[in-house]
Amino acid sequence: MEAGGAVVAAGIAEVTPTPLISTKRFIPMIRVKPDKTGVVTDGVKHSMNPFCEIAMEEAVRLKEKKLIKEVVAVSCGPQQAQETIRTALAMGADRGIHVEVSGKDYENLGPLQVSKIMAALAKKEEAQLVILGKQAIDDDCNQTGQMTAALLDWPQGTFASEVTLEGDKMKVVREIDGGLETVKINTPAVVTADLRLNTPRYATLPNIMKAKKKKIANMKPSDLGVDLTSRLEVLRVDEPPQRQAGIKVETVEDLVGKLKETGSI
Amino acid sequence: MSRPLGNAREAMAEVIATPGNKKSQETRKSVGVCVRGCRGLSRLAELPETHDMLRRTCRDFADRELKPIAARLDKEGTFPAQQILELGAMGVMAMEVPEELGGAGMDYLAYSVAMEEISRGCASTGVVVSVNNSLYLGPILKFGSEDQKQKWITPFTGGRQVGCFALSEPDNGSDAGAASTMAHQDGDHWVLNGTKAWITNSWDAAAVVVFATTDRKLKHKGISAFLVPMPHPGLSLGKKEDKLGIKASSTANIILEDCRIPLDNMLGPRGAGFKIAMQTLDSGRIGIAAQALGIAQASLDCAADYAHKRHAFGASIGKLQAVQFKLADMALAIESARLLTWKAALQRDATRPFTKEAAMAKLSASEAATFCSHQAIQILGGMGYVTDMPAERHYRDARITEIYEGTSEIQRLVIAGQLLKDYAA
Repeated sequence: MEAGGAVVAAGIAEVTPTPLISTKRFIPMIRVKPDKTGVVTDGVKHSMNPFCEIAMEEAVRLKEKKLIKEVVAVSCGPQQAQETIRTALAMGADRGIHVEVSGKDYENLGPLQVSKIMAALAKKEEAQLVILGKQAIDDDCNQTGQMTAALLDWPQGTFASEVTLEGDKMKVVREIDGGLETVKINTPAVVTADLRLNTPRYATLPNIMKAKKKKIANMKPSDLGVDLTSRLEVLRVDEPPQRQAGIKVETVEDLVGKLKETGSI
Repeated sequence: MSRPLGNAREAMAEVIATPGNKKSQETRKSVGVCVRGCRGLSRLAELPETHDMLRRTCRDFADRELKPIAARLDKEGTFPAQQILELGAMGVMAMEVPEELGGAGMDYLAYSVAMEEISRGCASTGVVVSVNNSLYLGPILKFGSEDQKQKWITPFTGGRQVGCFALSEPDNGSDAGAASTMAHQDGDHWVLNGTKAWITNSWDAAAVVVFATTDRKLKHKGISAFLVPMPHPGLSLGKKEDKLGIKASSTANIILEDCRIPLDNMLGPRGAGFKIAMQTLDSGRIGIAAQALGIAQASLDCAADYAHKRHAFGASIGKLQAVQFKLADMALAIESARLLTWKAALQRDATRPFTKEAAMAKLSASEAATFCSHQAIQILGGMGYVTDMPAERHYRDARITEIYEGTSEIQRLVIAGQLLKDYAA
């Protein structure tokens, strides 16, 4: 699938850091291809992944608070990924990086390859903060952020619902199954954005105009020394089975009886 | 005068080649690239990148913020204050106003695109945006002094305050030259007396552009334009009209009884009121055309979606020719009207005459809106008649577009007038 990453880069200390923000282009309404090798992508409308939008918004807010210096939006994918970067620029990113991946490479592009690209970019841009969406809503992998942190050997604050920069450390409130967990991590670090981190802004018209003038750098994965070979092979993609109608029963005894019948209890 | 064909060719060549005159470059410096880029008529086929981004942004806003509340706004007749504020923050409430004055500094093509998308979500919100942009900010931007621009434009760009436009009276709508509202000078004040009718935004506005007669003997050349803050002593509002559609926007009479305003509040030269009104309405027509397009498109969306899902005679009704012909006619009406609207906008942006094109746009778009909303109800059948589906609201919202800012009959007169000028020997 497509993937994007925004990387924040810059030195901290007295100079505020530049965040890199990851933006992924995804398909809002998915249909499985007839040959079951994947989902239909031809002629399908793509948009920025909602969690990436939230990540983007957080970065812009940090910049507005003057806690970070520059916001760089990154996306990996074919030519059309530029559109997603432009949206990020209209939201307030300063510049963009488009890592061009197309054709078969793009179809096989998974979290491991993207995280390798992100790690390489983070080092190259000397980023202090990498913010991504927690997962893409087309493949729901929820791996890129974690893998990026591991490759960089950086701490990670995933499923963030609140992020506070405190000098050279970061406090991240994470949404976990049991509730909310607060962690304090050193920077440089990777953060993945969850739903309640913020409500992304609508691009203002003047920002849409300015976005046209902001730079998008183009590069290939090979420029970053990244090998895109996939270690996974997708055997088949199926739609979930059609939901069957339920059965209504009159009493609790009937319910228990039915459950025993189907072997559920 | 040259033959019409020669004119058209010259017009096309000029539209593509001219870098726009100095005035347009001054007022639109921040969109220099934009204006030059979209001058060619070939741009009608595809919007430039920034306009496409704008279209998507406005559509997202309309889908997420306006569509879910449109039915409730219609039922309760509440002014969408929060949404207007958010649109103001985006720059949509003052699209043509230069950035220095607090606007978005964009062109009329951008405005048309934004208006269509906003109206597609909620037609009432659309008219509030249109009146503020074209009818209130428009004439002040064009005819106001620097002081007037600072005072009467900037506070009205962010969505916190909206303006309105008072030309029509109980005794004259189409007959605008017969204005009976009077203005006489008393010391260092103008004193206004009279009643204005059908004023959109009146109950929610903080200022109004009022047209009144300063020299009765000069007939329509004796009308002048004035800026009046709201509320203001001597200015009162009639009851809110209970309308068929666009219910979330307020419509009422504005009553002026010895309403005193400083001499500085005259907009433009004395006696220029009629000209100001007519030129303002030319631009306003593009905005209303875009609003009508939004309503028409919303109707088509509703009908086409239903055609897929509703099954009858063993298949989805979209397979039936009768339904297909309706959908095709609807799409055709919308696309034609949209191209006319964009053309009028492009002509205006290139500072070429656009009166005829604007009238054509407004006429075709409003007739498309009433046609499409009518057919949408037909396709939905009984479901189209109940409030569970938006079709009935689109039908009610569409109707006014053939009436305000120049009735369809007036538009035909305007088109014929321009046409005959072209053919005059």
